[in-house]
Amino acid sequence: MAKKTVKTSPRKPAKKAVKKVPRAAAQTARRASAGKSVKKPARASLAVKNKAAQAARPKAPARSPVIDLQREVEQLLYRQAEHLDNRRWAEFIDLFAEDGLYWMPAAPEQTTGDGVPSIFYEDRDLMTVRMKRVSHPHAWSQVPLWGTSHVVGNVTIEQQDPKSGELTVRSRFHMMEFRREASRHFAGSYLHQLVRTRDGYRIKLQRVDMVNAQGPYEYVLQVWV
Amino acid sequence: MLRETLPDLGKFIEPDRVHRRVYSDPEIFELEMQNIFHKVWTYVGHESQVPKAGDYYTVLIGRQPMIMVRGSDGKINVLYNRCPHRGAMLCGDRYGNAAKGFYCSYHSWQFHPDGKVKSIPLAKGYEGTRLSLANPDCSVKHAARVDSYRGFVFASLAADGPTLLEHLGDAKIAFDDMCDRAPEGEVEVVPNCFRVIQNSNWKIFLENQLDALHPSVTHESTGRASDEVERAIKKRTGKAPLDYHYLSAFITPFDKWDQVQTVNYPSGHCILQGYMGLRPQDPDTLAYEAVMRKHYGAERTEEILSVNIHHVLLYPGLSVQSPLQQLRAVRPLGVDKTLTEIWHFRLKGAPEAMYRRALGYYNLVNSPSTMVNADDLENFWKCQQGLNSEGGDWVSFHRHAGQDDNENGVIKSRWGTSEAPMRNQFRAWSQLMGAGH
Repeated sequence: MAKKTVKTSPRKPAKKAVKKVPRAAAQTARRASAGKSVKKPARASLAVKNKAAQAARPKAPARSPVIDLQREVEQLLYRQAEHLDNRRWAEFIDLFAEDGLYWMPAAPEQTTGDGVPSIFYEDRDLMTVRMKRVSHPHAWSQVPLWGTSHVVGNVTIEQQDPKSGELTVRSRFHMMEFRREASRHFAGSYLHQLVRTRDGYRIKLQRVDMVNAQGPYEYVLQVWV
Repeated sequence: MLRETLPDLGKFIEPDRVHRRVYSDPEIFELEMQNIFHKVWTYVGHESQVPKAGDYYTVLIGRQPMIMVRGSDGKINVLYNRCPHRGAMLCGDRYGNAAKGFYCSYHSWQFHPDGKVKSIPLAKGYEGTRLSLANPDCSVKHAARVDSYRGFVFASLAADGPTLLEHLGDAKIAFDDMCDRAPEGEVEVVPNCFRVIQNSNWKIFLENQLDALHPSVTHESTGRASDEVERAIKKRTGKAPLDYHYLSAFITPFDKWDQVQTVNYPSGHCILQGYMGLRPQDPDTLAYEAVMRKHYGAERTEEILSVNIHHVLLYPGLSVQSPLQQLRAVRPLGVDKTLTEIWHFRLKGAPEAMYRRALGYYNLVNSPSTMVNADDLENFWKCQQGLNSEGGDWVSFHRHAGQDDNENGVIKSRWGTSEAPMRNQFRAWSQLMGAGH
């Protein structure tokens, strides 16, 4: 029974998608759709299950520009998280537009980082200082090396400027850090303002609101969250 | 009781070295709470944190959870955060407004913002007992003494002792230098507090504050990184923002650090001379100086702006960076755990550009993403770990010992890298702890 469920689940459309979207995107899409369909119909009756399978098949057309955009944005966000977790600082910085800013407000009600206290408010030059610091052999706090794992989800395109094509994207993240025998957790929302460039979308502004931003910090934040 | 079980503290303190136990022994920490933090003046906050009647902030004085609250008469009270009925904490939040009074969430006792009891519910049940509205024990207890200097509020839990002004002494220049730089002679808090916990004893932080020997070592990575980017920006645009200099100044060479003097007072307070050159002649500074001259006249303006301080340490719990209008309050949480609360202030009447300039330092050096304290905190933790070890008992403060100038008890270092501030802090510690020297 379970086997059959898996078989009728919408794997096929995902396979079709392979032809139209880049490999990484297709993999993500496959994972996402498989996760959804395996769980739900498994508990349902056969009739409902088949219905669900039928309904799901035509509803995942890889050709839709809306879905393509959604995937492209998601890939950018995932890539950014992977750069952080793999300590690819230069690649992380390169995801920002030339005038891009990384901002973690000091308080959730802030509407701009300009002229107010911020936990981070960094342009590419300040980001470069941070990158050079952690890469310096005498950055004492880098020994022992620490690791992070980011999970990004709930990706929603909130706005698309009809003229400039600029996107406002909201997502949620959960990050676990392990450093010197201790784990820390940071979680919250990202707001990405993305601009279209020759190299694809780049970050004009990334706003990071952590639910635990206002608490006391046991040790500091050495790089971007 | 503790005192009986402890060996003579005098054995732990010598003029040029101290025993590791003063940093690692929980019993000595408890004695510090009783003899230092529960007696001396502790910084509780700035008046502008609580502008309206009923506004409050909670704060720790030693082991005591307290509330700084503005009463309906406009006066600032510092209260124990405790309901006199069954002892429940009155304010569970960090800050808020209690204009209508404090309301205990356990049995609904109510108090005016000045702590006086307002109502006891179901009063009939207390008839014939000592519990009544007229009994002062039914009101919230006040800190024994509260005073302020130029808007900065301090409290002492001891009824006797030096006045606030006596305690501050010449180190009150911390607040004078900060406030005088405001054309209106006052500062106003920026309502944001960064809080960072250090896994180390509170004294390690204090010693580090005036340790001119450490920046080029501890902060080499940040200093070099910022220096490189600063040069690149200068090459590109001709001029780099001061932000980069805040960080690159940490790799000032040792001979330059030796030219930075420390002034050490018997109370443990110390002043570290300025080294960042915070008076550039750019249009923003010139515009600010013009506003200053309008308020103070040319002569007084020059006097104010010539004060060259990096920061002032007010023993045992406050580090004030007057020229950048920020301060760090030290709240010991345990023998190996210390909280710092970091605040920033605006110069009233000064152009916005001056605030923004100091804000860069607040964000880069003092926020939780600090590229500077990241390596300090790492070292503090290592110190605390090392001091738990039996690999050696003594912590050395020998550098330039016996070579400082002593002017009527005020010790001035001849070399900036002298460990005079640490020796001086233990002179004050011994006095407060009754340990002799």
